[in-house]
Amino acid sequence: MARSTKRLRDRLWWSKLYTFSCTRPAVSIDPHSVDGPGYARIVYCNKPEAHRRRPVKYQSNYTSTTKYNIITFLPKAIFEQFRRVANLYFLLAAALSLTPVAPFSAVSMIAPLTFVIGLSMAKEAVEDWQRFIQDMKVNTRKVIVHKGNGKFGHRHWLKVRVGDVVKVEKDQFFPADLVLLSSCYEDGICYVETMNLDGETNLKVKRSLEATMILDEDEAFKDFSAVIRCEDPNPLLYTFVGNLEYQKEVFALEPNNILLRDSKLRNTAYVYGVVVFTGHDTKVMQNATKSPSKRSGIERRMDCIIYVLFTSLVLISLISSSSFAQKTKYEMPHWWYLQPQRTTNLYDPSRPLLSGLFHLITALILYGYLIPISLYVSIEVVKVLQALFIKQDIQMFDEETGKTADARTSNLNEELGQVDTILSDKTGTLTCNQMDFLKCSIAGVHYGVGSSEVEIAAAKQMAIENSTLASSDYPDDIDDGFFGSTEIKLESVACENDNSKKPKIRGFSFRDDRLMEGNWMKEPNSDTILMFFRILALCHSAIPEPNEVTGGFTYEAESPDEGTFLVAAREFGFEFCKRTQSSVFIRERYPKFSTSIEREYKVLNLLEFSSKRKRMSVIVQDDSGNILLLCKGADSIIFDRLSRNGGMYEYETSVHLKDYGESGLRTLALAYRKLEPTEYNAWKTELLNAKTSIGPDRETQLEHVSDMIERELILVGATAVEDKLQKGVRFLFQMLANDKLINQVLILYAMQVPQCIDKLAQAGLKIWVLTGDKMETAINIGYACSLLRQCMKQISISTMSNEFPSQDAKKVLAFCLTSDQAIKDDILLQISNASQMIKLDKDPHAAFALVIDGRALSYALEDDLKHHFLNLAIDCASVICCRVSPRQKALVTKLVKEGTGKTTLAIGDGANDVGMIQAADIGVGISGVEGMQAVMASDFSIAQFRFLETLLLVHGHWCYKRIAKMICYFIYKNIAFGFTLFYFEAFTAFSGQSIYEDWYMLLFNVVLTSLPVIALGVFEQDVPSEVFSQFPALYQQGPNNLFFDWKRILGWMLNGVYASIIIFIININNIGGNQAFRESGQTPDLTAVGTTMFTCIIWSVNIQIALTMSNFTWIQHLFIWGSIIAWYMFLSIYGAFSPLISGNAFLILREVLGPAPAYWLVTLVVTVACNLPYMVHNSYQRLLYPLDHHVIQEIKHFKKDVEDQRMWTREKSKARQCTKIGFSARVEERIRIIKRAGSVHSDFVHAGFIQSMDLICALHVVVEL
Amino acid sequence: MNNNGAGSSSGSGDASPARRNSKRPKYSRFTQQELPACKPILTPQWVISVFTLVGIIFVPIGVAALLASNDVVEIIDRYDAVCVPQNMTNDKVGYIQNDAIDKTCTRRIKVPKDMNQPIYVYYQLDNFYQNHRRYVKSRNDGQLRDRSKENDTSGCDPEKTTSNGVPIVPCGLIAWSLFNDTYNFTRGNKALTVNTTDISWKSDRDHKFGDDVFPKNFQNGNLTGGKKLDPNKPLSQQEDLIVWMRTAALPTFRKLYGRIEVDLKENDTITVTLKNYYNTYSFSGKKKLVLSTTSWLGGKNNFLGIAYLTVGGLCFFLATTFTVVYLVKPRKLGDPSYLSWNRNTGGH
Repeated sequence: MARSTKRLRDRLWWSKLYTFSCTRPAVSIDPHSVDGPGYARIVYCNKPEAHRRRPVKYQSNYTSTTKYNIITFLPKAIFEQFRRVANLYFLLAAALSLTPVAPFSAVSMIAPLTFVIGLSMAKEAVEDWQRFIQDMKVNTRKVIVHKGNGKFGHRHWLKVRVGDVVKVEKDQFFPADLVLLSSCYEDGICYVETMNLDGETNLKVKRSLEATMILDEDEAFKDFSAVIRCEDPNPLLYTFVGNLEYQKEVFALEPNNILLRDSKLRNTAYVYGVVVFTGHDTKVMQNATKSPSKRSGIERRMDCIIYVLFTSLVLISLISSSSFAQKTKYEMPHWWYLQPQRTTNLYDPSRPLLSGLFHLITALILYGYLIPISLYVSIEVVKVLQALFIKQDIQMFDEETGKTADARTSNLNEELGQVDTILSDKTGTLTCNQMDFLKCSIAGVHYGVGSSEVEIAAAKQMAIENSTLASSDYPDDIDDGFFGSTEIKLESVACENDNSKKPKIRGFSFRDDRLMEGNWMKEPNSDTILMFFRILALCHSAIPEPNEVTGGFTYEAESPDEGTFLVAAREFGFEFCKRTQSSVFIRERYPKFSTSIEREYKVLNLLEFSSKRKRMSVIVQDDSGNILLLCKGADSIIFDRLSRNGGMYEYETSVHLKDYGESGLRTLALAYRKLEPTEYNAWKTELLNAKTSIGPDRETQLEHVSDMIERELILVGATAVEDKLQKGVRFLFQMLANDKLINQVLILYAMQVPQCIDKLAQAGLKIWVLTGDKMETAINIGYACSLLRQCMKQISISTMSNEFPSQDAKKVLAFCLTSDQAIKDDILLQISNASQMIKLDKDPHAAFALVIDGRALSYALEDDLKHHFLNLAIDCASVICCRVSPRQKALVTKLVKEGTGKTTLAIGDGANDVGMIQAADIGVGISGVEGMQAVMASDFSIAQFRFLETLLLVHGHWCYKRIAKMICYFIYKNIAFGFTLFYFEAFTAFSGQSIYEDWYMLLFNVVLTSLPVIALGVFEQDVPSEVFSQFPALYQQGPNNLFFDWKRILGWMLNGVYASIIIFIININNIGGNQAFRESGQTPDLTAVGTTMFTCIIWSVNIQIALTMSNFTWIQHLFIWGSIIAWYMFLSIYGAFSPLISGNAFLILREVLGPAPAYWLVTLVVTVACNLPYMVHNSYQRLLYPLDHHVIQEIKHFKKDVEDQRMWTREKSKARQCTKIGFSARVEERIRIIKRAGSVHSDFVHAGFIQSMDLICALHVVVEL
Repeated sequence: MNNNGAGSSSGSGDASPARRNSKRPKYSRFTQQELPACKPILTPQWVISVFTLVGIIFVPIGVAALLASNDVVEIIDRYDAVCVPQNMTNDKVGYIQNDAIDKTCTRRIKVPKDMNQPIYVYYQLDNFYQNHRRYVKSRNDGQLRDRSKENDTSGCDPEKTTSNGVPIVPCGLIAWSLFNDTYNFTRGNKALTVNTTDISWKSDRDHKFGDDVFPKNFQNGNLTGGKKLDPNKPLSQQEDLIVWMRTAALPTFRKLYGRIEVDLKENDTITVTLKNYYNTYSFSGKKKLVLSTTSWLGGKNNFLGIAYLTVGGLCFFLATTFTVVYLVKPRKLGDPSYLSWNRNTGGH
């Protein structure tokens, strides 16, 4: 027993070290009160069988995201289908078609409906099946479960029950919500990655209760028994209230003891836990909201069109039925051939009102062709096919992860072409959250020859721009622009190849021979360099972990930057190899000695990093007894704390820092201080006092104490770390394997995140970044992605709370009382000042960037402020919101969506982006990383941010145009068809007789005209895909809704009405007249007239769609001409059936119409006359007011882009929206400045640029109130 | 319109040397939407030539159609009003319904132009809704075709059975209201035979109306409609019924009565002795007798020719207009200055 208590004490000490929480006083927490409603859950640990019966029988661990199951599918899916008003209408019509009211036979109403509904339901079934497969993948994951008697075995996730003791091993996901019992570490802690829950990549520490931490082997669970009483399932991720009764004692459970489902065990060999919540009771599943079903703007507008059509349907039905009632009342009594005295209610002259009412129903069914029954299903089919193309696009395939783009909900495809604002997450979306040590400045000397992605890309762009400029200055030298870009290509190829030869070290891209291989010893400031390396190796809170494969170490650090520093230190020869409770061991390698020396540094204190302090320090004692304080932190903080002599390199370092910042690198300044033992001891007692004090002041006091020692620092240098932007290098090589020069450059150029952002900006899209990161990081990434640049005027809005002297308790109190209103007023003031400033700014090139932090945002999003905020944000070229919570992300998205009324797209990768993804019009999930939450909630998933360009500019634009054209055409077609039925009624005393055979009507929408429409919706291309990245401005046709505005829709409707009139008049007066239509003297009957008219319709609408298309592959040819041929084939086949089926259409084509020249002549003249207006309109527009895609079509058609390279290049560079963000804006700015500087010879462009940069930086304004 | 090929030379990714990922979408021109395509462009040249071409084709067709129509000689004689005896003009319905009055009426028709045989004889009814839904539906094709289905009178409401429940063959309103005026023609003293065979579609005779189906109980109901059929003649030989059963599309319609297979000379006078049985007076419909020759396009109808001439002329006009517009305001094809970014800002 004594031994075990000692072990226990040891562990406690250990845990303090691992978590660096030595400053926390050990306060025992009383058990929670867990009585009353909401706290009814009782878990008998290790006795899952106790949970077989109520009231403690809980949900199984089976999770399901499917909408249906086998039994509910039919009723539920059918119900879903008939929730669409149009379908309900058709169902009613079909039901009525069984009564004598119907103008058609029942089958011609029911068959298309069944077909349409069946197709939609099949689609639902397939989608649900895929969800089911996905669920089963999760449900059949395996976990180790205690099976009794201390034996553990594997079991599927879905079989895990409440009360089970499970063992989770490293890098496995937790199968359910667990209470942590013990871990491989003796102090019962474990590291957990919660990326799937909140998107944060840093590890979180969870700890077990002291009472259970000794249960750290399988055997120990043989007789383990405990009872947990806790809260009921709820969606709150960060709370947990419960008690554990173990060995007759009651312990309080805290959120810290809980391991949540879908988070991952990291850096810990194994943990034991007991299952408390399973399946849909788990917090993550409770959090899963049903993704709202989204509808695209086009679809919403389509509803309006349907209403318009429905109104006209009701209108003409009313006209019909009232005329019918009148005719029946006054005229029908005279029509003896109808035997009016022996009628039914349907045609009773004595009860015209009743007959009229019945006839209204007949008319509504008859003219139902105005409302295209197959429109919805055609659109669905088209969208599924479009989604397949998106999935198949090789341009959006990521070699690294092997993932394709995916349209998860296909009903938003066309919305992709209308996006106005992109709201992007940062981590994992723009960046891969992988840091690379790239440059450093030591003792005022810059080291590191590599260039950041931003620099490379900017240089490329500069060169291209310059060469274009040059070539336009010297028109004779045509080859110049072309040649210039070729050079760039070669250069970048060389550079890429360089990289590939050397095995790359993850997180370390530093290249400079002056420091590597021990050469730093020869540098003049080698002492300082040594100190620099030591700070890198010592000043951190990471844990080394031996890597079996390489024999080296990998580091588990709280932030990726720290890990990068350790890798860098290792590469420089200072390998951090071991951490004990009080020491850090470094293997130092000097070129003088062949082997490395292992040095021990005693860690005396560690002053943690916090966003408020913006620095961290360690106090170490080296083996010779010197006490050193090593500090790293934000440059502004460090520079303020330098001693008088410590700032020797301050000027040079700050110049370098500015340089790095401009290259998009994350910077930190490093400094140290030598402490005298007496000084340190005095400080130590103060620290102890502060530590032991209890109460709200404690934190403040500790901070004050830390502040006391972190002074009089000596600056060593600065680091520059690149947060790698997402990109796909591997793809580049394949491109380069080809021998096509121009396209390679273009593709190279479109590969990386900044270029993608640049393209999107040129396409006129606004980009907002919403990140949980701190402000500095966010700003850095803003630079890296070119969302920010030095010359932009930054408006940063933050709460003033930071500025309050926090030591002053009274003021804090006062502040708390008045805070809300005061802060709000302050933020309003900031916002209105900034708006004022923008308004007053005269410079047309001035660009503003808005940076706002989460706290300020929470006020800015309140009802009375949000419109001020939105207006300001709209005026700014880029907006960055930092430290925002997932909820705020969703709120901002909603604000933009509702405030501007424009289409928003949210893109993110983590579970913290789910809210935003669901709130936006379109949610895009990045599927490159493991977390699937964002992808599951998203409408589209892509592997990397850069694919957004292809997704939006190419597929989005195409889909928008295709769907818009398709709907317009659909409406045209059905009006042209439906109205002829109406006109004919006027000649039948409005009796409801249709001029067409039932089968014609049945086939019209379903067979005879459906395939060309689908071809239009799937294969139409106004310009080839590569043009979009060359002319991003073409995208604006979507957001401006050029192809689906009311003018265009009405135009198409009128075109339909016109066509219907032409078709009817010409037919009625020729074939339909009372004259013989053949040389053999026969006069036409109803069927002959109907068939001729229908032939005219088939020809007209199919020729119309051919005119609408601008891209004919064999598919279009097949479908269009096939449809026409199909009609004749149908006529022959139908006519060959027994007259019992075909009725008067028996042998109609072969015997009646085929031999009549009039039949063919009428078809010809009607077809031409129907298509004249469209032809005239189109030619007129093309001739005088061509749209962009018209001109580009022509350029491509006449191969002008090949013949006139210079024009093509020039247009490409011009084809963009005026943008204030992105590289292009940067480069433009530079060019402007160079021009302003005057006679700078082009040879000195670069030099001139550097000079002028200083000038710009002087202009750099930071508004901070 | 030439074929541009795929219009894309990027040849993306196909050349990838190593296919590490099985999930990698297979490259095909179809999946990458790079199928070779013809991309026709409505250039002014195309537009103008298409319009001109349409004009060139349509105007001659129009002229030909008009000529054909002009060649047709047509004699129309309205007799419903004049065949009512003077004393009955105020009660035409009473006249027609009174079986006691002799309905014979004689008309003289002068031939305005030479008419070559065959000369088609039509009767034309006006304001007669053969296309009324109630009327169109009132028939049973099975019964007409098949003797074994004699009792099948479904759909024939309200003319299904006689008052004592015996099925009527042929049932339905259409057959019941069969046109029953008769015409006899004489030129001088010589009778002109009207051939009333072969006036219906052959397929109707062969397949739709059975040669073993004989009229039964026809016109034996309470109400008598139109013509009474010879119960000894199979339906397939009752061509007037077959023609009548092809319901017309419009309330004014002609139906073929027979053929005169003799040439008529200009100024010939033809005497028509007709029996004015059919009641159009109830609904004030007109009855006309029509003698007409045909051309390759059928009867006399100028509309088709006019339609062709109009469309053709319009196309010529459009072609001219576009030519003028193009000459006045020419736009170089593919002229980048028309791109929106060049028009709005005048370039950067």
